[in-house]
Amino acid sequence: MADQQTPASSGRRLTLRQRQRASRGMQYAVLIAVAVLLAALADWSAIQQSFLNLDVAKEGLPELFTVALRNTVIYTVSGFVLGFAFGLVLALMRLSRVAPYRWLSAIYIEIFRGLPILVVFLMIISVPLAFPGFELPGGVYGQAALGLGMVSAAYMAENFRAGIQAVPKGQMEAARSLGMPHGRAMVSIVIPQAIRIVVPPLTNQLVALLKDSSLVLILGVTATQVELAKFGNDQSSTFANPTPLLVTGLTYLLITIPLGYAARRMEARQGASR
Amino acid sequence: MSTVEIRNLHKSFGKLEVLKGIDFSVETGQVVCVIGPSGSGKSTLLRCVNLLEQPTSGQVFVDGIELTHPDVDIDAARRRLGMVFQQFNLFAHLTVLRNVTIAQERVLKRPRAEAVRIARENLEKVGLSEKAESYPAQLSGGQQQRVAIARALAMNPSLMLFDEPTSALDPELVGDVLQVMRRLAEDGMTMLVVTHEMGFAREVADRVVFMDQGVIVEDGPPAQVIAAPQHNRTREFLHRVLHPGD
Repeated sequence: MADQQTPASSGRRLTLRQRQRASRGMQYAVLIAVAVLLAALADWSAIQQSFLNLDVAKEGLPELFTVALRNTVIYTVSGFVLGFAFGLVLALMRLSRVAPYRWLSAIYIEIFRGLPILVVFLMIISVPLAFPGFELPGGVYGQAALGLGMVSAAYMAENFRAGIQAVPKGQMEAARSLGMPHGRAMVSIVIPQAIRIVVPPLTNQLVALLKDSSLVLILGVTATQVELAKFGNDQSSTFANPTPLLVTGLTYLLITIPLGYAARRMEARQGASR
Repeated sequence: MSTVEIRNLHKSFGKLEVLKGIDFSVETGQVVCVIGPSGSGKSTLLRCVNLLEQPTSGQVFVDGIELTHPDVDIDAARRRLGMVFQQFNLFAHLTVLRNVTIAQERVLKRPRAEAVRIARENLEKVGLSEKAESYPAQLSGGQQQRVAIARALAMNPSLMLFDEPTSALDPELVGDVLQVMRRLAEDGMTMLVVTHEMGFAREVADRVVFMDQGVIVEDGPPAQVIAAPQHNRTREFLHRVLHPGD
């Protein structure tokens, strides 16, 4: 009788491999059951109407690219450039021989790595309250670049610091022994090598910044200043249809996935050349 | 005339006293080899001469100028000194040619064309003219070290410092570097060389200095220090170096 029992009911006598196979079979069964259930329950024509509505999607063209994507790129790149320059300064302060510079840099980095960008944007909006009459040049573009730049500078400073410290000490010694002053040696010899080291992490920063640029909408943008996320949101309210959100999401992925892939490729190549 | 003069030089790292009062000079045109066991302070001595290490006390003079004087412009003073490192330390992001021109242009303010001409002359001197456009990573260790020598020479130093220049090289690559150094010595360059190459010291050096535990134990012509050492410590060290495994 015993050997006519089904495998499932005599688990204790199964070999390890048989048990693994049974477990894998169960997992496939669950997956198929869920898929069948979803397919049966979902109203496909309704889903297509709301998320894959080509007529609505076409309404967004060409502004999706000429206005929204363009602005997203402007906000991202201006924030990145500002963050890059300021981050490099912060990193050099962090490594300075003058202790107060080190402290100031450390405090800044801790604060701005800890704050959500949304809060930073809200504070930037409030600046005119504290300084009546003061206005940031560039309007929303200036505010966006400042907010994104201030936050990304804190992250990039840590990247730069690690990069500078990864350049072998002998490079600085060789430069100094050729008569280069410390600052010149830093600019001509150490920083160019450090930047090569930090290209992959900075590419990841660029991806993060691109996503964070969606928060620019809190600054109150006009129709010409609108970026991808707000554009998608506005379109979907106008047409009472979420298709534009899907289109917006795909547009982000069009940039973030290749960039992330490039960053991983560069990381791998650097790892291999060490 | 002395190119280098060192008076009562002391150097401590924290509590560890590495140099315990060094007095010593290098005459113009002389080649002086510093030998001694690892940890004897010979590399530190060399690094104190161009102030890569700040001496704890004592004086260093080069061409009659006191480098240890608080008012001295250390960057200007270092231009008189060429330094060659054990690990080559070529600038990894620059071509061989750029490695040799960058300090000429940035420090000596030579025009680009002149810097390139001088760089090519010096690369030819070390036998690497055809590698001008290569990057350091594409060269062997021996080639990198010869570029490092050309880089230092392009600054027209009055003294060349060598910090164990062949210690990081594969044995078959040592000869080319020593050959370049030998020719440099023949041309009358003043050289201070920290080395384990006893053959080179015996053949090329005008003087050999034996250091142990932060002091100079013996200082004299190679025929004396290497061939007929006066001190026990020198004898023991030379025996270990010349007959390893005994």
